[in-house]
Amino acid sequence: MSMLNYMLRRLVQAIPVMLIIMVGTFLLLKLAPGDTVDALVGDMGGADPRFIERLRAEYGLDQPVLMQLWIYMTKLARFDFGWSFVHEQPVMTVLMDRLGTTLLLMISSLFFAVSIGSLLGAIAARKAYSLTDNIISTLGLVFYAMPSFFLGLMMIVLFSVKLGWLPVGGIQTIPSFYEGWDYVKDVALHLIMPTASLSLIYLALYMRLMRTSVLEVADLDYVRTARAKGAGEWRLMIHHIMRNALLPVVTLLGVQFSTILGGSVVVETVFSLPGLGELAYKAVIQRDMNMLMGIIFLSSIVVIVVNFLIDLLYARLDSRIELT
Amino acid sequence: MTAHETTSPILEIESLRIALPEGSDRPLAIDGLNLTVRSGEIVCLVGESGSGKSLAAGAIMRLLPEPRVRVVAGTVRFEGQDLSTLSAKQMRSLRGSRMAMIFQEPMTALNPQKRVGWQIEEVLRIHTSLSRKERRARVLEILEQVRIPDPASAVNAYPHQISGGQRQRVMIAMALVLQPKLIIADEPTTALDVTTQLQVLKLIRELQAKFGTGVLFITHDFGVVAEIADRVAVLRQGELVEQGTVSEVLNRPRHPYTQALIAAVPGLNPPAPKSFDTAPVVMRVEGLHKTFKTRGGILAPRRNAVAAVDDVSFELRQGETLGVVGESGSGKTTVSRCVTRLLDADGGSVMLGDTDMLKATRGELRARRRDIQMVFQDPMASLNPRKRVVDLIAQGPIVHGENPEAARSRARELLALVELSPAAAERYPHEFSGGQRQRIGIARALALNPKVIVADEPVSALDVSVQAQVLKLLAELRDRLSLSLLFVTHDLRVAAQLCDRVAVMEKGRIVEIGETATVFANPGHPYTRKLLDSIPGRDWTPPLLAGTAA
Repeated sequence: MSMLNYMLRRLVQAIPVMLIIMVGTFLLLKLAPGDTVDALVGDMGGADPRFIERLRAEYGLDQPVLMQLWIYMTKLARFDFGWSFVHEQPVMTVLMDRLGTTLLLMISSLFFAVSIGSLLGAIAARKAYSLTDNIISTLGLVFYAMPSFFLGLMMIVLFSVKLGWLPVGGIQTIPSFYEGWDYVKDVALHLIMPTASLSLIYLALYMRLMRTSVLEVADLDYVRTARAKGAGEWRLMIHHIMRNALLPVVTLLGVQFSTILGGSVVVETVFSLPGLGELAYKAVIQRDMNMLMGIIFLSSIVVIVVNFLIDLLYARLDSRIELT
Repeated sequence: MTAHETTSPILEIESLRIALPEGSDRPLAIDGLNLTVRSGEIVCLVGESGSGKSLAAGAIMRLLPEPRVRVVAGTVRFEGQDLSTLSAKQMRSLRGSRMAMIFQEPMTALNPQKRVGWQIEEVLRIHTSLSRKERRARVLEILEQVRIPDPASAVNAYPHQISGGQRQRVMIAMALVLQPKLIIADEPTTALDVTTQLQVLKLIRELQAKFGTGVLFITHDFGVVAEIADRVAVLRQGELVEQGTVSEVLNRPRHPYTQALIAAVPGLNPPAPKSFDTAPVVMRVEGLHKTFKTRGGILAPRRNAVAAVDDVSFELRQGETLGVVGESGSGKTTVSRCVTRLLDADGGSVMLGDTDMLKATRGELRARRRDIQMVFQDPMASLNPRKRVVDLIAQGPIVHGENPEAARSRARELLALVELSPAAAERYPHEFSGGQRQRIGIARALALNPKVIVADEPVSALDVSVQAQVLKLLAELRDRLSLSLLFVTHDLRVAAQLCDRVAVMEKGRIVEIGETATVFANPGHPYTRKLLDSIPGRDWTPPLLAGTAA
């Protein structure tokens, strides 16, 4: 009952958030010089001014901005994202086509970053100021300082060009029509390098956070209590330290889910993955307003849903927090 | 007590020395400690903060933060076995099963993410091969023995869901579940209210007698010592200065340090009542109300509001000290915050002269604040660490428009008034000890020449000898400057020493108010009686020692 209540309340709270995001970005985008017609005409290498005017009228771009906003928002209320003049397809179709790839990339990157990062951080903390700790911490610094596009390119050079172990880009091998496990294996192979280059910087962050967090928790009174009970190091680590040290990591996870969406633009471009990030980049270049708005809408929804899930997870992990 | 001499020693500490890391205030935390605990006896290790008493406990359990703090000499024998010869694994199998520990702060000493039952059961899981069902049954049994109400539902509670006293019972249950031979209790009741403290002390006493356990009880409170100890050892700066039976040490202390400590314990004899009928009333509080509401959001149900202060009225005359006593949650601190309007009350009036503080406009309030100043509990947290002492004290007058130079020179005079050297003016708060910081806090409160000082637990963070000095200073200043004091405290001994009248608070209401001597001698309300009966060591009157009066 209270859970249902809570979910309902979060849903209601999400509506004004979405409204602000959509209106705000619509107006911001209108502030930028140039529109779809400019981009199209530019591609064509110039056109007759009367033709341009007719094109504008056809796309509804001759209306005042507020009118355009009103038209867009009323259509959005019916979940109609409009038509992409660049792709010559409904925006919704293109988005759904791309969403899977991006979500896959994001989730695998975050999963990798959080699990390996926390593990390394915990190890570094338990062996604080030793050689192991120094190696892990230095590696973390290198990962953190390395731009993901550079890392991606270097990995392509090494693993694809020199060694020929991994595919250069894309999400699957084009001429093949794999089914079942072969398909999964093929996609996984294509995702190794993008995931690695997107996640290493986050891995470094989680590692540092986990190291600090474990060091802090290890000094707390209840860990001393557990020691006085005769608990061994493993038991201390699993039940008393990790359990509590993970809380800040989960908090950061929620915050980072949205920033990793931005990071995927670069990685998807480098590895020519057909995802939302790459789509967004092209939509900006081509002034594909409807497409851009659609992407923003979708990513906002994803972020809101993820934040909600993180809150649930946090309440599950921390017994002191009640959802009300 | 002679019976104990015949029983075998469980714990023998011989010339123990513990080294502190370089750059500490002294090289050795413990220097040559000799101590024996026999089965069935309670030995109290008494000392002020920094005496090294907790490190001694850590050394016995081999839980010192090595290698920074380590044992450099001496032996610790447990049931005749030298603990330093044991491997880490052997040591682990002793901890929790043969020797157990009870810690001070039951909130932080329990894992917040694990259920109470799980945490007690963990001891059984580590040390026994009992089945899940047998473990469950044992946990319920021990919870019953430490008298937790409704053990069946307590096992499923998280630590934050039960009260402080119950958490301490859980700690005790955890320590006792395998009936160890030795229990080390490190200030186990310091964080508790007096009534809870008495219950917990009785419980430790009772269970210890039942199981024949030896207890090493670490405390700073001589009242607690009088309540529970068979033998007493006094520690000063890591050195054992005196050891003996409880009656020897408490009533006939030989070492000057012990004598000074005991002389500093406030007795339970309130001062002879003085009449203030002729003195003018400086503050009149009527019908004060404050309710804490939890804010509800959209669709969120509003939780039950709690009345923290409920219809509180009193008056304070010039030169008078009114003590506000009660347990935590009784609303005494809320009263102090409301009368100074650091919190906005919901109703009632606080007349200071002819201004109602609760209805004063911002400007009026600012002007009136001159007349009512506060001294806070935590002398470290209430002084801005980035400001020099002279600026801290002069800040108030400068804000009220005084010439900065004049304010600073007056600040230096105030330092002399609170018995600090003038050199203190240019230093920063962290360079001072707790007692000195509280003196700075008092000087700051005096800087505006207030009529009323509201002191919220001003001495409860201080060691007993320092506490006595600060109380003496407060009393002197009050008489010299004819100040009125509103003195909030949980410690009835302190209240007895300083207050002309006391108001006893329970659940936001004043249940009894009157002259301290009368209230203490003839408590009218059952709650007051309960509080007075719970004072640790109430049957022991600190001896008057010639030549050592603080």
